[in-house]
Amino acid sequence: MKKNLKFRTLFIVATILVCLFGIIGVPKSVDELKRNFADNIHLGLDLKGGSHLVLEVQVQEAVKADADQVIERLKDDLKKENITWTDMQSSDVKTTDDADKVTINIKGIPSNNSSAFRSLVSERYPTYNLTSLNATDYSMKMKPTDLLALEGDTVKRTVDTIMNRINGLGLTEPTVTEYGSNTHEVLVQLPGVDDPARVRERIGTAAVLEIDDVKDGPFPTKDAAMAQHGGVLPLNTVLYKAKPRAGSEGEQWYLVTKNPVITGSVMRNARPGQDEMRKWETSFTLSPEGGRRFGRYTEANVGNKLAVVLDKQIVSVATIQSKIEDSGRITGLGSEQEAEDLSSYLRSGSLPASVLPMQERSIGPSLGADSIKEGMMAGIVGLLAVILVMLIYYKRSGINAVLALLLNTVVLLAALAYFHAVLTLPGIAGVILTIGMAVDSNVLIFERIREELRSGKSIVAAVDAGFGKAWWTIVDTHVTTVVSCAFLFLFGEGPVKGFAITLTIGLIANIFTAVFVSRTIFDYELSGQRRLETLSI
Amino acid sequence: MELFKSTNYDFLGKKWAFIIASLVLTVAGLGSIFFWHGINYGIDFRGGAMMTVKFASAPDLQKIRSVMEHAIKGEVSVVDFKGGTAVNSVSIGTELQEERLLNQNRDTMQNVLSSTFGQPNNGKLDFNNASQQALAERLRDPLARAGVPMNDQQFQKLTSDLVNVRDKQYSGLITDFNQLSSVPGMNPGIMNTLQQESYLAPFHIGEVQMVGPKVGKELRSKAVLATLYALAGMLAYIAFRFEWIYGLGAVIAVFHDTIITVGLMSLFNEQISMTVIAALLTLVGYSMNDTIVIFDRIRENLKISRREPLESVMNRAVNQTLSRTVMTSGLTFLTVIALFLFGGPVLHGFSFALVCGIIVGTYSSVFIASPIVLFWHNYADQRRKTPAAPVLSTAPRTEAVRKGSTKAVK
Repeated sequence: MKKNLKFRTLFIVATILVCLFGIIGVPKSVDELKRNFADNIHLGLDLKGGSHLVLEVQVQEAVKADADQVIERLKDDLKKENITWTDMQSSDVKTTDDADKVTINIKGIPSNNSSAFRSLVSERYPTYNLTSLNATDYSMKMKPTDLLALEGDTVKRTVDTIMNRINGLGLTEPTVTEYGSNTHEVLVQLPGVDDPARVRERIGTAAVLEIDDVKDGPFPTKDAAMAQHGGVLPLNTVLYKAKPRAGSEGEQWYLVTKNPVITGSVMRNARPGQDEMRKWETSFTLSPEGGRRFGRYTEANVGNKLAVVLDKQIVSVATIQSKIEDSGRITGLGSEQEAEDLSSYLRSGSLPASVLPMQERSIGPSLGADSIKEGMMAGIVGLLAVILVMLIYYKRSGINAVLALLLNTVVLLAALAYFHAVLTLPGIAGVILTIGMAVDSNVLIFERIREELRSGKSIVAAVDAGFGKAWWTIVDTHVTTVVSCAFLFLFGEGPVKGFAITLTIGLIANIFTAVFVSRTIFDYELSGQRRLETLSI
Repeated sequence: MELFKSTNYDFLGKKWAFIIASLVLTVAGLGSIFFWHGINYGIDFRGGAMMTVKFASAPDLQKIRSVMEHAIKGEVSVVDFKGGTAVNSVSIGTELQEERLLNQNRDTMQNVLSSTFGQPNNGKLDFNNASQQALAERLRDPLARAGVPMNDQQFQKLTSDLVNVRDKQYSGLITDFNQLSSVPGMNPGIMNTLQQESYLAPFHIGEVQMVGPKVGKELRSKAVLATLYALAGMLAYIAFRFEWIYGLGAVIAVFHDTIITVGLMSLFNEQISMTVIAALLTLVGYSMNDTIVIFDRIRENLKISRREPLESVMNRAVNQTLSRTVMTSGLTFLTVIALFLFGGPVLHGFSFALVCGIIVGTYSSVFIASPIVLFWHNYADQRRKTPAAPVLSTAPRTEAVRKGSTKAVK
């Protein structure tokens, strides 16, 4: 028993140390302690101040764009097959809910060509379902699985694009994530920003991506480039610096045309891949209109260089090998990373669909600071009152409870730090309920021990029975609450989730502190050399 | 020290008084919800725009309301923001019929405020409502022109310190540039430039919340749905550990607490925001905890004395746990009262809900949850005694409970 007690004490001390390390690290001064605490405990935007934006991605625009592209291609295909038509149009939809209603209506396909038309569509447009309306008219709709994939992809690309654009603002820890389950929303969180208008402007700004014609370069410095041209730049050209590439030393400057060949708005998609020689490349697709423009240009300029320019910085330079229309490849990239970066730059140029703000919450740092101050004050007053009453009512055993309570708070904070969870106002509600239930567990046990003592049991037996009988009550109350937290976490939204997480962590910690730790302290007292005559409870 | 030693009050005997009191409260609350105040949903549930503004001196609510109503379509509400350090603060709310108006409304509100209370036409930057980024942009060139030697890092630190002193020491609103003299590295050159480039509007916008009506509706239904699922989960667990009627009793009691609390909030015209939902969830957890403690004791007592009528078994359980009930509720109440008194305006609705919830949640375990179980068992016993009645498929009470408990003790 005694050895067991030593082992348990060791375990508890180890836990405390691990927890304290998680919260404050190993500080060498009070300032460092404060700083570590602030670094490890992440406060939510409602406590720290900052902006929280929810944007709805207008996915129906991407669906419509896809349909328009299909129309262009289908027209070409039909021409080649000598099939005539009278009218071909896609329908307009207004809201994201109607994204599945985008339809391509095709009229006037001669009835003697109907089987050729059908096989052409099913062969070349596998993502669409074809329905015949009558002998000559048809409608095409995207298949549900492909529609879902397209919507998901659109939202994902929007997240990438917004992230790229916000990163240019140099903010600390911005997050951009998909939000909600089946909705098309994007959550943008910007700690410390109380000026979201500027951010929104940046997010909404169109095309910062250009593909420019390279006139001259590379030069090692800006001055060298100027010197080459006698100190004056040729008409309609600008000098851009290239983003440093891995393995290459020094700066590189290129002279490019001021008017881009194409802009990001016609860029539809880009993804990394490998060619036949297993070398990395990035393939991209353009809108039909952009493809035509690009085709005309590349046809006339084979052998010339093109620069991909993002935010006035060149991210890639490539030589035109042949005519490129609506899809092409940039080959000969150094690594997978490079291919992936380039495709993300190409994609980030334009939002695949526009975004509509749905929600904004900006808390000025002043209000955040005030609520922390007041919340802390209230918390400390409340906690002190609880500690005082526990000590008066349960005397020595009250110390037991207070220790367990404090340890519970430490474990809870440490868990939040280790899981990188964020403490928000609803999270604090979870902490309050945790403290309430932690106090309750102690009270339950103590009242039970008192009862057992009254019925004439010895101290050791009373403590044993008290813990034993209260145990199942504690399990029942805790499991019930954890079960409800699981549902809140699964079905709840943001704040409700935060509540569920802190409460669950707190309750698990409480089983450890109120039962295991408190019991060990009792055992420690009872294991003393002389027999205790009375238990201070 | 012990407050209650072997008490023997007849709690269940007084159940009707409390049930009637509960009914009165419920009816009053529901009456207020449906016929009087209604539920005062916060911006997050209703959709709309809300701005919390702190003024340098007591603001003229009437004036704010009239200028806002002039500029913005739909209903405008201007109320005092109460509690804690919030002095001279108002919250201005407007409707938002359409998502597309979200940006527009915010700008309009800000413009109206600065044209009414500030000096919008002097071309200077409003220091009290400037973000660090805006301040940095505004000061960079003038400081360089004024010949204040400073590298970029020092400059960034200066602007962030300026904003920090404003926000942390003066709650976002300074009334005199001299209040900034404590900023590290402050010198007459910087002060002069600052005064030339910016002015102090007598208000500071602390919080802006905009929720499109669609999101608001969605949030509301999701919160309600999550809570209902959570209740169902608890019912299932208690039914598994005790008997189904115990689960039902506990869930009805918790539901009763929530209804009464929401009713009281409607009566006092308190706003229901997402934070209040967290408070309601807290009270559900608290009340459930309380109920289970008593049920657990009832189960334990039933094991020992099977012949005793259920009502006196219950009474004994309530008496045995009385000391713990008073201690726990009392202590939790202490924390919540501290929150209510010192927690400030942000926590006001939250702590109000908890104060109501803890009172109702404590008595509902004794006077709502337990009587439901009692009524059902009395009814079931009577059905069994009447020979003509069809045989019930449920096992006799005591056996069922015993079965449950042996499982538990293992």
